[in-house]
Amino acid sequence: MTTDLHDRATPEPEDATPQGDVETHAYLCTGCPLGCRLEVDAIDDEVVEVRGFSCKKGERYGRQEHTDPRRPVSTTVWIEGAAIRRAPVRAADSVPRDQIRDVVEALRGLIVPAPVRRGDVVLRDVCGTGVDVIVTRDLDRVR
Amino acid sequence: MTVTPHTRYLASRYDVVIVGAGPAGMAAAVAARERGAERILLVDREADPGGILLQCIHAGFGLHVFDEEITGPEYAGRYLEQVLEHDVDILTDAYVMDVSPDLRVKLMSPDIGVSTVDAGAVVLAMGARERTRGAIRIPGDRPSGVYTAGLAQKMVNLDGYLPGRRAAILGSGDIGLIMARRLALEGVEVVGVFELLPYASGLTRNIVQCLHDLDIPLHLSTTVAAIHGRDRLERITVAPVDDERQPQLDAGWDLDVDTLLLSIGLIPDAELARTLGVQMDGVTGGPIVDGCMETTRPGVFAAGNVVHINDLADWVSQEAVVAGDAAAASVTGAQRPRQDVRIVPGDNVAYVVPHTVASDGTHTLSFRVRRPITGPTLLRLGDVHRRKLRAAVPAEMVTVKVGPKLLEEVRDDVLRIDAVPAEEVAT
Repeated sequence: MTTDLHDRATPEPEDATPQGDVETHAYLCTGCPLGCRLEVDAIDDEVVEVRGFSCKKGERYGRQEHTDPRRPVSTTVWIEGAAIRRAPVRAADSVPRDQIRDVVEALRGLIVPAPVRRGDVVLRDVCGTGVDVIVTRDLDRVR
Repeated sequence: MTVTPHTRYLASRYDVVIVGAGPAGMAAAVAARERGAERILLVDREADPGGILLQCIHAGFGLHVFDEEITGPEYAGRYLEQVLEHDVDILTDAYVMDVSPDLRVKLMSPDIGVSTVDAGAVVLAMGARERTRGAIRIPGDRPSGVYTAGLAQKMVNLDGYLPGRRAAILGSGDIGLIMARRLALEGVEVVGVFELLPYASGLTRNIVQCLHDLDIPLHLSTTVAAIHGRDRLERITVAPVDDERQPQLDAGWDLDVDTLLLSIGLIPDAELARTLGVQMDGVTGGPIVDGCMETTRPGVFAAGNVVHINDLADWVSQEAVVAGDAAAASVTGAQRPRQDVRIVPGDNVAYVVPHTVASDGTHTLSFRVRRPITGPTLLRLGDVHRRKLRAAVPAEMVTVKVGPKLLEEVRDDVLRIDAVPAEEVAT
């Protein structure tokens, strides 16, 4: 996927027929303490140029953040019969940023019985993301 | 509850006793066994080993130790497996009341009552506590609804309670940022994060993923100037601060909130070290340690947040490997390296850990800068080494590896660490 983004990165002026205007979007790079302020020039989803980065990682982040920002998601679900009331869970892979709230909502009200083991799936393909939600802690049955 | 069944019957003597089973204690236990210590006792006051990792349900752990991004509970789980494989005795629900200068460890637990064991070496791995309202003396009433961020995290993630419905957060430390997102995702209205300093204290990644993603405003150079409410918190006054960090009340405004979370820093939980009479570092609040993470009391080692506040659990564990390894070496009678080079903080460096190192060894020096440098930074190790950093901010700990080749060139046995803007040096 990263390779795809890189291929698209090389602008070819000959057959570039922009449908819209170039807009500049601002992002804050999360790669290191520097926190570079990135400027991404794009025509809709098509990245034309990334500026403001100090390393390759930053340029890649700018592209990814503009075209397909993804985030890790964690929350908890009710657990019955364990020593604590909530079992921690996470999306097994990152999900589109715009779906973070939906993923957490989809897990609200879900009740799992103890015992659970790390990696147990509590919900498959959450919100159509193709990503499963898994338990992140071993919790024994105590009552 | 004891985790390993035979821990119910404590031995009278252990090679190494480790206080605290978080990312430091568990890593120290594994390292001590691998270095040849036979009997190891790992003690924790909670019901399960893991420490604060268990309530840190978010991702961001393990990148350095496991080469994979996982959550706090998963990090704890993986380490616990290693600890159990290494045949370490774990005693939970137990409190270490005292460590005497001759390394007798006094324990208390519902299972065993009060008991004393002899230790060949002790590793202090108690972690840190949160600073509270009293530490910064916020004026006003004293209603309920004012929590430290970590306490709120425990309520939400382990106990399943929300602390309130409408919350403000004072301090932009990572725990506060993580909790801003956590509360927002659980339906709490988070009205804003307020930071006294002109820059954020948390990692950039958390600013983006916890605040920007959820449209939570961050107010820099702003603080909570007053707390209002009879029984329950009803309202806070926030105000911008001047150059002396004093709130400008006439420019302040009120916010109706029923919850205020404080994310205003951590302090090493180093009471045992103080009682032992080891020398402390006034800046970190933790014990002074050498390149083996040994305190000034022979046989007493320390690692992790009890020594200095780390940004990452991974670094805590890596530091604890040094402590566990050296603790085991001290009981197996291995030759101890002479700690002949003193490391001192210089220009714009708040502290450096460890405080002394052996010049014939390889060490990781960890330090924090005092003022943020947002551009090229010159890192100077005495007059023996210079290196460019891309930036250096107080929120992010800097680490640098030093080896014998560099250390042998150090003159007068003192290595001074400076971190200054690169352009200042050029002129």
